[in-house]
Amino acid sequence: MSLAPVSVRPGESLPGGRPAPRRRRYDREQVLTAAVFLAPALVVLGVFVFYPIVSAGHISLTSWNGFDPSKPFVGLGNYVALTQDPEFWNSLLVTVLYAVGVCVLSVVSGLAVALLLDAPIRGLGIYRTIYFLPVVTSSVAAAIVWRYLLDPSGLVNAVLAQAGTVGPDWLQDRWLALGALTLLTVWKNIGFNAVLYLTALQALPASIYESASLDGANGWQQLRHLTVPLLSPMTFFVVVQALITSFQAFDLVYVFTEGGPRGGTEVLGMFMYRTAFRLGEFGYGTAIAFVTLFLVLGVTLVQWRLGGAEGNDR
Amino acid sequence: MKRRTVGLLARHAILIAGSIVVVVPLLWMFTTSLQTRAETYTNTSVLPTSWHWQNYARAWESAPFAQYYVNSLVMAAGIVAGHLVFDALAAYAFARLDFPFKRSLFTLLLAGLMVPTFVTVIPAYSIVANLGWIDTYSALIVPRLADVFGIILLRQYFATIPLELEEAARIDGCSRAGTFLRVVVPLSTPAFATLGIFSFLFAWNDFLWPLLVTNNDDMRTIQIGLASFVGRYGTSWNYLMAGTLTATVPSIIVFLFFQRALVRGIATTGLKD
Repeated sequence: MSLAPVSVRPGESLPGGRPAPRRRRYDREQVLTAAVFLAPALVVLGVFVFYPIVSAGHISLTSWNGFDPSKPFVGLGNYVALTQDPEFWNSLLVTVLYAVGVCVLSVVSGLAVALLLDAPIRGLGIYRTIYFLPVVTSSVAAAIVWRYLLDPSGLVNAVLAQAGTVGPDWLQDRWLALGALTLLTVWKNIGFNAVLYLTALQALPASIYESASLDGANGWQQLRHLTVPLLSPMTFFVVVQALITSFQAFDLVYVFTEGGPRGGTEVLGMFMYRTAFRLGEFGYGTAIAFVTLFLVLGVTLVQWRLGGAEGNDR
Repeated sequence: MKRRTVGLLARHAILIAGSIVVVVPLLWMFTTSLQTRAETYTNTSVLPTSWHWQNYARAWESAPFAQYYVNSLVMAAGIVAGHLVFDALAAYAFARLDFPFKRSLFTLLLAGLMVPTFVTVIPAYSIVANLGWIDTYSALIVPRLADVFGIILLRQYFATIPLELEEAARIDGCSRAGTFLRVVVPLSTPAFATLGIFSFLFAWNDFLWPLLVTNNDDMRTIQIGLASFVGRYGTSWNYLMAGTLTATVPSIIVFLFFQRALVRGIATTGLKD
């Protein structure tokens, strides 16, 4: 081994494999360009998204009414008050039932349509267009149309009348109204979920199905033991999407039922809107928003863990 | 062979039945918009039986729909332009440039995507109110000039463009900005089309934010105008449906023309997972 001094430049290894202390060097020109390119988007997002998140954290700890320049600090008071507020528990129950319904039906309907479309059939484009129409229809328009469909003078009860039964006043019964809201949401998103599933289906290798057929697996067995497990990453994505949609739901509910009858469809988004913008309780309203955020994050995390464990089993 | 034909027929039968369920509400909207008020209480036919086109004129006279339309178009144009420019610049920085805290910054943006609008809406509203922007186009447009979704979408697309093309331009003496404008942007038209359509549909159908920052009828967007129309003409279903249909037509037209770009966009965002 030579004893001659070795010169080591930063970033290279010293003899013996020990890395020389190094600081990552950035190209000045690149960093400057990046700064200029990022600035517009970061300013907008910083001022109107990220600063508000931090600010909301503070507001949720105050009893601010939205107009008063002072924001009286109440600590966790709003969160404690929430746990004792029957309107909050009602809203949470409504949202959870709604979310479960939307998630389950979104997966089932999206997968079913995608499976039907995943074949060399004629008119694929036409079907896709039709199933997609509700997705591009605005929530306001969709809610107005469904309101009329379910109105005592609407189509649903007219059809029931022709069949010889008297239909109920759908939107005046809290459970029927919640069911209708769930179906409306699923109807609106079926095309979106079908496109997602169809993409995932078409990415599956044909070879595994060939070997399954050779092993004598019938269509149903292939669906249950091959397709559904292989699609689980997409199912996770669809469920998370449906979850976020239902926990953030507002537009549809605002026009469809305004949260009624008697709070029967007052999802968290609607409850928060009413509290903050109708009653002027901004501090309390922001606390509701944060609870919603934690619930969505929590459920997503649990989902992700469960999905991961399932993946390891295979 | 025979069994396959039966299977195919069954497939079509179910798909057609599903299509009918999906389309009936929309068809019902069209049919009702052409009826007299008396007919709306007795009609059971999904297909149009009478053709009172004047309902559309009546609906447009009874509320300032033209103004709502203009407001929505201005807002949508501003938001689409903002997304195409601001998102693209940021996406290029994330896709191609090397700078400190790049990964943490991108993770932060992704995390922001998970936060419900409800969390940010109150502070954002009070910022806009303090700026004196209530009932202005600034309130409708400026806070939404950039969005995380567009940055992710374009970044993914930019990353697929061969680096050699950019290097060649750089050797020829093109600056970074020049390479971006002359090489990357022209090669990314499909991604820009996808983002433009998403942004337009988002803006046209958006509800909560315009509801909060506009009080004056002259500044209302089409969706807000429509929702308030329900309050005033709640039982005149024919006019209501005429108004609803005119509010829906632009997004359906955009969808019909650009559906391939839209569907492709959904497919790529879904698959990245």
